[in-house]
Order: sequence, then C-alpha cells, then structure tokens
Amino acid sequence: MSTTTLRGATVPLKPQPATAMGSPWIWARANLFNSWLSTAITLVLGYLVVRFAVGVIEWGFLNAVWSVPTRADGTADTSACLNAKGIGACWAVIHDKYRFILFGRYPYEEQWRPAICIALFIALFIVSGMRRFWRRELAWIWLGTLTAIGVLMWGGVLGMQFVPQDSWGGLPITLILSTFGLAFAFPLAVLVALGRRSTQLPAVKMICVVYVELIRGVPLVSLLFMASVMFPLFLPEGINIDKLLRAQIAIILFAAAYLAEVIRAGLQALPKGQGEAADALGLSYWQKTARIILPQALRLVIPPLVNTFIGFFKDTSLVLIIGIFDLLTAGKVAISEPAWQSFATEIYIVLALVYFTFCFAMSKYSRGLERDLDRARSR
Amino acid sequence: MSLTQTTSRNVRVAPPGDVPAIVLDKVNKWYGLMHVLRDVSLTVAQREKVVVCGPSGSGKSTMIRCINRLETHQQGSIVVDGTELTDDTRALDTVRREVGMVFQSFNLFPHLTILENCTLAPIWVRKMPKADAEELAMSYLSRVKIPEQAKKYPGQLSGGQQQRVAIARALCMKPKIMLFDEPTSALDPEMIKEVLDTMIGLAEDGMTMVCVTHEMGFARQVADRVVFMDRGEIVESGPPNELFENPKTDRLQLFLSQILRGH
Ligand SMILES: Nc1ncnc2c1ncn2[C@@H]1O[C@H](COP(=O)(O)OP(=O)(O)O)[C@@H](O)[C@H]1O
Ligand SMILES: [Mg+2]
Repeated sequence: MSTTTLRGATVPLKPQPATAMGSPWIWARANLFNSWLSTAITLVLGYLVVRFAVGVIEWGFLNAVWSVPTRADGTADTSACLNAKGIGACWAVIHDKYRFILFGRYPYEEQWRPAICIALFIALFIVSGMRRFWRRELAWIWLGTLTAIGVLMWGGVLGMQFVPQDSWGGLPITLILSTFGLAFAFPLAVLVALGRRSTQLPAVKMICVVYVELIRGVPLVSLLFMASVMFPLFLPEGINIDKLLRAQIAIILFAAAYLAEVIRAGLQALPKGQGEAADALGLSYWQKTARIILPQALRLVIPPLVNTFIGFFKDTSLVLIIGIFDLLTAGKVAISEPAWQSFATEIYIVLALVYFTFCFAMSKYSRGLERDLDRARSR
Repeated sequence: MSLTQTTSRNVRVAPPGDVPAIVLDKVNKWYGLMHVLRDVSLTVAQREKVVVCGPSGSGKSTMIRCINRLETHQQGSIVVDGTELTDDTRALDTVRREVGMVFQSFNLFPHLTILENCTLAPIWVRKMPKADAEELAMSYLSRVKIPEQAKKYPGQLSGGQQQRVAIARALCMKPKIMLFDEPTSALDPEMIKEVLDTMIGLAEDGMTMVCVTHEMGFARQVADRVVFMDRGEIVESGPPNELFENPKTDRLQLFLSQILRGH
C-alpha cells in the first residue's frame, strides 16, 4: 500500500504486518523458530555461540595473566604465564612489549616522537575525512603534516637526536607506507585510468595498458624483492636510495595499477551523455574530467576503492620479507625473546586488533560517505 | 493552428554579406563499413529554423552531432558561423561556444544543483564572475519558468522540468545557434507541451535553430524549412506545409503516413 489516493479516491491504509515491526519476540518467532528445522538450527548455533563466548571470556579475562614479576637479571619471570598456558591468556607479554611493537627499535627515550607521528597521522585521516575540509587548503595540510612527520622521525634538527631510517619500526612504518602509498598511488591511478581510456593519444593508452597489465601480473612480493635487491644494481655507484623509499615506490606502483582498474570501471559506468554534454558546453578536457566525469565516476566506485585501500593497508605488512620493521615484523621480533616465545597468540591477537581498527574505521567511514553523498543529492 | 499563420511566415534570410549560420557541403560519414551520412548538403541561414525529420536510424542525430563535432565527419566540409570544423582545437572551441545543444536524454549533471548546472560553463569557459553567472542563470531559469527549483538537484525534477533546465543551461552560454536532438521524445505526453512552448519562445526571439523532432505541429508553427532524411541522405526539403501536404517522394509519403498513424 504505497499510495493512499488513487485518482482522488481514498484507499484505506492497511496496517503493516506485525512481523515487520519492532517487537523482538515476534521477530524471533517469525525468523528463528518458524519451523522445527529452523528451531533446531537456531538452538545448535545458539549453543555454539554461547560456548565460544564463554571460552573467550574465560581465556581472555577470567584466567588471564595481566603482568609478571621481573627477575634480578632484568628478564621477565614468565612462569605464571606458562602455568596458565592453554587456560588463560598471557597479556603480560603485551604489557612488556607494547613499546617495541609500536615503535620497533626506535631509541627508547626518543619514542615520544613516533608516538606524536601516530597521533598526527590519525588527526590527518580524521580531518581529511570531513567534507567540510574538502578544499584546496587540504593539500597544504597534508604537505605540512607529512613534513612534520618526516622531521620528527628523522630528527637531527631542533635539538632532536638524528635517528636513521633503519632504526624506525612498528606502527609508524605501517602508517607511512600505507598513507604515502595511497596518497601517491591514487592520483597516479586516476591518470592511468584516464590514459587507458584516451582515444586521442594511442601512445599514452598503450603505456597505461602495458603498465597495468605488467604490474598486475606479478605478485607484490616479487616487486618488493626487485625494489630491495635488483633496483640498487641499476643505480650508479655511490647512489643509495633508502630501502624504505624503494619499498614505498614498489607499493605505490602496485597499488596504482589496481586502483586504476577500479577507477576505470567507474569511468566506464558513467553514461556517455555526461561527457558529451560537457563537450557541447565547450568545457576543456581537464575541466570536463575534473568537474563532471571524476566526481561521478569516483562516487560510483567508493565501495571497491575502499576495498582496495583496505587490502593495501594490510599488504604493507609484506615488507616483512625484505626486512623492513613494520608493525607485523615488530610483533614477530618481540616474541623472539626466549622468555616470551610461547605467547605468539596473544601478540597476534593484538596486532590483528590494531589492523582491524584501522580497516573497520575505513569501511565504516566509506559507508557513511556514500550515504552523505546520496543525501546531498536528493535533499 | 491556422494555415494562413504559417504560410504567411517568411523565411528570414540573413542580410546580404552576412555568413550563413551553418553550411554542410557534401558531408560523408561512415561507422566502419556503414555509410551513415551520404553527401549531406545543407545551408542554414542566420535566424533560420530548420526541423529535421526522418525514420529512426536515418542519420539525423549523426548529422546534428557533426555540427558541434560530437561526431567527426570524414568527407566534405562543415562551416559554422564562418569557422570550418577541422582537427584544429581552437576552431572547435570557438564553434562549441557558439552552438548550444539539447539532448533527448537531457544529460543534466546529476551531482550539481540546477543552478550549478547552469553556471558551470559560463564560469569555466566564459570566465564569468560567479555572481554574474548566477544572475544570468536565474534570468534564464525564469525564462524557462523554473527559477524556484534552482537549489534542487536534477533527480528531483520531472522530465519536462529537466529538459527546460537543459535548455536554460545551453542558453547561459549565449549561443548563436541551438541544436535540439529529439528534445521531447523521452518525455511523458503531458510534459511535451511545456518544452515545446519554451522552444517556440526561443524561436520567436530569433534564435537560429536546428531541431530533430517528429512534432509536426511544432514544425508547422516554427520551422522555416523542414528537411526529410532517410538512409543517410537528405531526400526532400522545403517549407513545412508544402512538404507535409505534397510530399514528392514515396519515402516521405510512407514516413508521413507512418507518423500520422502513430499519432
Ligand atoms: N557510435 C556508433 N557506432 C556505430 N554505428 C552507429 C553509431 N551511432 C549511430 N550509428 C548508426 O548510424 C545510423 C544513424 O544513426 P543516428 O544518426 O543515431 O540515427 P537517427 O538519429 O536518425 O535515429 C544508425 O544505423 C545507427 O545504428
Ligand atoms: Mg537519433
């Protein structure tokens, strides 16, 4: 009953069936216990969920060891944890190692600097996420923040001790690789996607096609290896590009190829009439692209774009294999100490939670953004 | 609509020395092996109104789209207001500024408000200050009788309203020539009149118009000349009454009987 009047005559409104309305009891009866089979499934699954939840609470909270004493030689006395193994989590390992996991081998007394960097990154993400700040000035905010992060991490000025890049580690590395990675890969991807659809410049189109197909055809791991091992062989003697930068470039190139395909899908989905209308009004190619084509094409592909972003945020952990100390590597090294060796589970749970927090925030944000953009259009 | 009213209308040909608005000379175009425009020659005088009709697939859209180079022709020449259309992008810019186009499917920009749709080109192509562009847009939106919708988005408007916005958007560039490609074919019957009325008003103001349409009433009322196309050729052309009352070719006769049956 979507209409109340039909050619002026009033049609009585039929009330919505009760099942669709609020009451949880009615909902449960209609959806969980509507036949003996569904009742059986509901009971079995319910039992499993409860069992699992009880197990998690017992292991993670009730029987967990939160801290352990330190021996005279400075190492941790983990016997309490070892006794609880299997029945309770050893959160003491996190307590003992969290600074190492977060900051890697960055000098201990200087770790306030990467801590500030993490805060700066998060602030930058939040500011960039707010549509109110979507203006030209945002580029300057990015430039300023990233410069500040570079200065803080390296130091050597303003009385800060110089910290070489190979001592950096942990979460800042993950954030640097993914933020710089996507910040450079995204505009590159837009250009590649546009180039691949170019009808006027066949040479540009060829280059873009070859680039995408080549990069997509090899695993990221092999690109990282090439960046870390082979690339320096091509450089003249004495020139040494920092290992992190090489990995960063590999990630940018890899991400851009994938993002370009996502963006191309958006360009293709846009009705041809949009570009034609812009042409007919006399807009130049770049005016048309910036004001008509991209805003609509990118809006269409927000879900797969965010999907790719999330994938790359996690893929930065592959730098582990070329010895860059990102969050995952730091976690892995943290448990190489004999006393803590048997508590990998706890470490990986915490690492997973950190990754999850960032990825979930991205996913949640993108859904909100889609909703906002749709609402703005139909207000 | 009375016969006398339309027959008494004179073809207002441009004063001598004035260049014609549009000259197509032996224009040929192929899509692959398909020959879609065959030796199309057509001269449109300044302030003349030409209606193009013909069966579907006869090349009407292709011809009209060649005039502002949304399609490129392969042989012959097209001169718009003294500027020949070639690969030269400067010539293209000049022509596109002078030629406005209205599409069958409106093609409004759905992510911009009605006002922004209208001010976009004046601001970015004509480099007009934003306030002036908005004032201009509001004056044209008033002319097409929808100033109160300026802050809405295209998706919130009816088809007829959207098409009137599309006309206003094109007019905001102050074109000398307006091209219409079946502007009312995508509309519900009750909305056709509001769009045609807008176009009639435009014609009365002396705009040069080339209009692909099957609205015979509109053609009789407004057109100085009707051009009938079939299979990529201009088969017949002449004043509307002459053409509709005394078709010389079988093809036009067949076409007219078909649309009259359809209406
Ligand atoms: N982009 C295109 N590629 C190939 N063929 C096309 C294209 N556009 C139109 N055609 C063909 O050209 C012919 C003329 O089309 P069109 O100008 O759209 O006709 P009309 O507008 O008179 O219906 C048709 O046979 C159509 O199928
Ligand atoms: Mg057509």
